[in-house]
Amino acid sequence: MRYLLTVNQPTSAQQPDDPDLAQSMAELLEEMAQAGVLLDVAGLRPIEEATRIHLSGTEQTVVHGPFAEAKEYVGGYCLVQARSQDEAVHWASRFLALHRGGWDMTMEIRQLDEAR
Amino acid sequence: MKPGSQRPAVTTATAHAAVETAWRLEWPKLVATLTRMVGDIDLAEDLAQDALVAALDQWPREGVPPRPGAWLTTTAKYRAVDRLRRDQNLASKHALLAQTLHREQVAPAPTVDPDEIPDDRVRMIFTACHPILSRPAQVALTLRLVGGLTVEEIAHAYFAAPPTIAQRIVRAKRTIASERIPYAVPEGDELSQRLDAVLDVVCLIFTEGYTATSGASWVRTDLAEEGLRLARVLVHLLPDEPEVHGLAALVELQASRIRARSDVDAPVVLLAQQDRSRWDQLLIRRGFLALHRAQELNRTHGREVGRFALQAAIAAEHAIARTPEATNWSRLVKLYDQLGTRFPSPVVELNRAVAVGMASGPASGLAALKKISATRRLDAYHLLAAVRADFLQRLGRLDEAVVEYERAANLATNDAEVRLLRSRADAARRDARDVL
Repeated sequence: MRYLLTVNQPTSAQQPDDPDLAQSMAELLEEMAQAGVLLDVAGLRPIEEATRIHLSGTEQTVVHGPFAEAKEYVGGYCLVQARSQDEAVHWASRFLALHRGGWDMTMEIRQLDEAR
Repeated sequence: MKPGSQRPAVTTATAHAAVETAWRLEWPKLVATLTRMVGDIDLAEDLAQDALVAALDQWPREGVPPRPGAWLTTTAKYRAVDRLRRDQNLASKHALLAQTLHREQVAPAPTVDPDEIPDDRVRMIFTACHPILSRPAQVALTLRLVGGLTVEEIAHAYFAAPPTIAQRIVRAKRTIASERIPYAVPEGDELSQRLDAVLDVVCLIFTEGYTATSGASWVRTDLAEEGLRLARVLVHLLPDEPEVHGLAALVELQASRIRARSDVDAPVVLLAQQDRSRWDQLLIRRGFLALHRAQELNRTHGREVGRFALQAAIAAEHAIARTPEATNWSRLVKLYDQLGTRFPSPVVELNRAVAVGMASGPASGLAALKKISATRRLDAYHLLAAVRADFLQRLGRLDEAVVEYERAANLATNDAEVRLLRSRADAARRDARDVL
């Protein structure tokens, strides 16, 4: 089973100073690869650089960032192959636990619909 | 600051589930490390169990530590010391262990990072796949001790009763102990031989999932995913071995077709009929990358391409064909020639005959089959009869085709395959009647 893990961060939040984060994250990702779990991982460029296209009926509206109304945005994702949702949650929890110093973020664990 | 201190309160049940999940994931590494330290798999498993008890007590309160594996290993070591103090019998039985552990306690190693020590799972894999053990024992041990599956899960995957699998594992461990199989990674010439067995076992686990030999469904995704996972683990444990990448390439490329191999209306969808848009492009990409790495390592080490990399090259040839008609069958015949020359096997010859039949027509395919039939080694293999039936059908020799399809159906052991072969026999029979 495959799961998409997305990291959602509040737009307002200041990123805490967390000097060990890059190193510990690299170690965890290596561990996930060694466990045969990690398929893909990437961080996303800042939300200010994003573009949104909205469809309403047949009308499309293009809006460039920054988005005033956005409360939360996806900061990165991770695609894993796991035996169960519990396992995917475990890896997400390990990922969150790396963040020290007052972060405020949510991870969402979604199973890929592979039946289609 | 404690890592778990920022966490919101969670219910005990959720916390226990989280501990169990973490423990199960860390279990193979934990047992592998403990086995190196105490020299006995059973004792290592007991100590791992002790560590779970400690984790169940502590983690729900304080959160799963950032490095659960390191925490469990350290805890298991301390529990081992406790046990030795309590149990003098155990202490005398494992005098060496007692020494080692006491020494470590007196002068604890300065914050050793377990990730930097060569992974003990490599030792465990070579032990589990030791040639002294039967193939079923190797498979069960690998799934249990390297994959971390429970006895019940292994039994379920192989349609066996849990006590049967439990027995198999107990006996295998007893053999490992009584034969004093060294808990070590083989070196030199022995390494390549022993590695062959490891790759065979992982390939077998994947293949049983990819084409189940028994049961109702043709594809057992759980088992295939377990094989895939083991192949990916091996790549990280033995990154310098070209054939490890060859195996990974093969299973990634094969697995890319799993979704297309079976659906509700047709439990068996053969390659030519598969909806190629359902092939998994991510896995194809991973397969090509692994194949590339295998070839690169072969060049670096000045080695000839191995059997898994060759089979992966064959799978890759199919993966790049956008339609069945676009398949480069003559290139496939050449690859099978290469595979058959280097690693002769009647099954390879059979696959070669299929490629010949596609490249040069069914009459040539039939001629290629004659050589295989003469050896009589595949008499009981349903696919030999099925391939012959296909050639005969394409040549318009329908009565003979019916006989061969029926023979194939009688030899097949997977329910879905049996049904497909019977329906082919019926279709050929109808066509034969229409011709008359």
